[in-house]
Amino acid sequence: MTLAAAGVDTGDTAWLLAATALVLLMTPGLALFYGGMVRTKSVLNMLMMSFVSIALVTIVWLACGYSLAFGDDIGGGLIGGLDHAGMAGLAPDSVQGTVPTLLFATFQLTFAIITAALISGAVADRAKFGAWMVFVPVWALLVYVPVAHWTWGPGGWILDRLGALDFAGGLPVEITSGASGLALCLVLGPRLGFKKDAMRPHNLPMVMLGAGLLWFGWFGFNAGSALGANGLAAAAFLNTLAAGCTGLLGWLFVEQKRDGHPTTLGAASGAVAGLVAITPSCGSVSLLGALVIGLAAGVVCSYAVSWKFKLNYDDSLDVVGVHLVGGVIGTLLIGVFATATMTGGAEGLLYGGGLAQLGKQLVAVVAVAAYAFLVTYGIGKVIDRAMGFRAGEEQEHTGLDLTVHAESAYDHGVLGHGAPVTATSSVPSSVPAPQKVKKQA
Amino acid sequence: MKLITAIVKPYRLDEVKTALQELGVHGLTVTEASGYGRQRGHTEVYRGAEYQVDLVPKVRIEVVVEDAATDDVIDAIVKAAQTGKIGDGKVWAVPVETVVRVRTGERGPDAL
Repeated sequence: MTLAAAGVDTGDTAWLLAATALVLLMTPGLALFYGGMVRTKSVLNMLMMSFVSIALVTIVWLACGYSLAFGDDIGGGLIGGLDHAGMAGLAPDSVQGTVPTLLFATFQLTFAIITAALISGAVADRAKFGAWMVFVPVWALLVYVPVAHWTWGPGGWILDRLGALDFAGGLPVEITSGASGLALCLVLGPRLGFKKDAMRPHNLPMVMLGAGLLWFGWFGFNAGSALGANGLAAAAFLNTLAAGCTGLLGWLFVEQKRDGHPTTLGAASGAVAGLVAITPSCGSVSLLGALVIGLAAGVVCSYAVSWKFKLNYDDSLDVVGVHLVGGVIGTLLIGVFATATMTGGAEGLLYGGGLAQLGKQLVAVVAVAAYAFLVTYGIGKVIDRAMGFRAGEEQEHTGLDLTVHAESAYDHGVLGHGAPVTATSSVPSSVPAPQKVKKQA
Repeated sequence: MKLITAIVKPYRLDEVKTALQELGVHGLTVTEASGYGRQRGHTEVYRGAEYQVDLVPKVRIEVVVEDAATDDVIDAIVKAAQTGKIGDGKVWAVPVETVVRVRTGERGPDAL
């Protein structure tokens, strides 16, 4: 992770450019994945929470997030310095490894974006939009950036000092988003009608499309994390495909046995669970390890999504059940399946490395989950005190699409098209001048 | 005149329409409807969470006929919609005071 003076490798750079675009596409994919799972009255709000994350996190990242996460460590492996705040000192000829530093910074930015967007699934249908706009940048700075530094920053305590492994983001992305989602849904409380009303997904084809886009983008996420066009990228790529497949099959197997029907939502969720679990491990396990890790995630997560009904937390779209649980499985199982042919050194339990690696993985998992949960809970509470984090009861009943965004996702039937109320040139002069709609208090 | 209302299974709609056309009934109105009778609803499962869906999709067919045709039309609808299984639906008739054809202003049976 040093700023080598060596030249740029065009092959590596070409791949990372493409991978960066792939990872950015995951956030609109996530928006569709989540959007299909909510009810018609708040689907646009769900999409918007992901889309504004792209814009908000980008601003914060360029201002100081990148520097704090990937700048030189200023003590204890906890946080980077502000040398590169505002991307200062980074020119087109700056090099990180074998790629331009500006590209590396953009690639890492796309990870921060989707991690923030992932949290929105835990608070679907009920978060005040303004509060979310405040939460995302604050959260990105106080939670994502430090954890990214601990994991991948130069001198970060998790990889460089402790020696735990995380190839593509089990800790900063999956566990952080899952633990933060749990904290935020506890701050907001359950949706009105939680456990009473049927809150069925309103558009499962949209969920499937979103899952497909996520899977597609995940190749950039995982294989791109090799930061080069090489054999390690290829191995991570194949592991990513394999784990998604066994995750999908594992979830469907449980559904068939437990519920009697294999469902589309189960297939989409299982594939995502497998992909979550292979994210930290794709660069350190063999193909056999990837198949087992994906399967384990698919099976365990298909049960984990029911915990919220027993324990009474409304993690609406299962950020905890899929991302926290899947992330923990994938990060811990590195301690079992890590092989020297991939890591170049560290070995897991199954390959004669004993319990040492597993212990390091466990320390990292507990530290990151606890930090993300506690700090997010604090941020959520402060925002709730200051401006209220929860939408009003009537807004929630009517739906956030109409009450917050003044839009409807779908035009149902032949009624209610209305007429234009703002003046346009197409309105004939015989029509009385329309009155501008007054903003409702 | 009578207003005949039939609530039937959606996939029987084409058979009912054909049967009514054969009887010489030239107009009807169809609405998508939801409801339940003895059939009750069904269960759906999302990520392991079961939802009892009480209301089952149905179509509501409405047709206004002359008094003399009432029984024939009802019989035709029942025959066309019947599957013999629970959830086949209901048909009923109520008297209609007057009918007006909007285009011409004709009233009564002439407007049918």
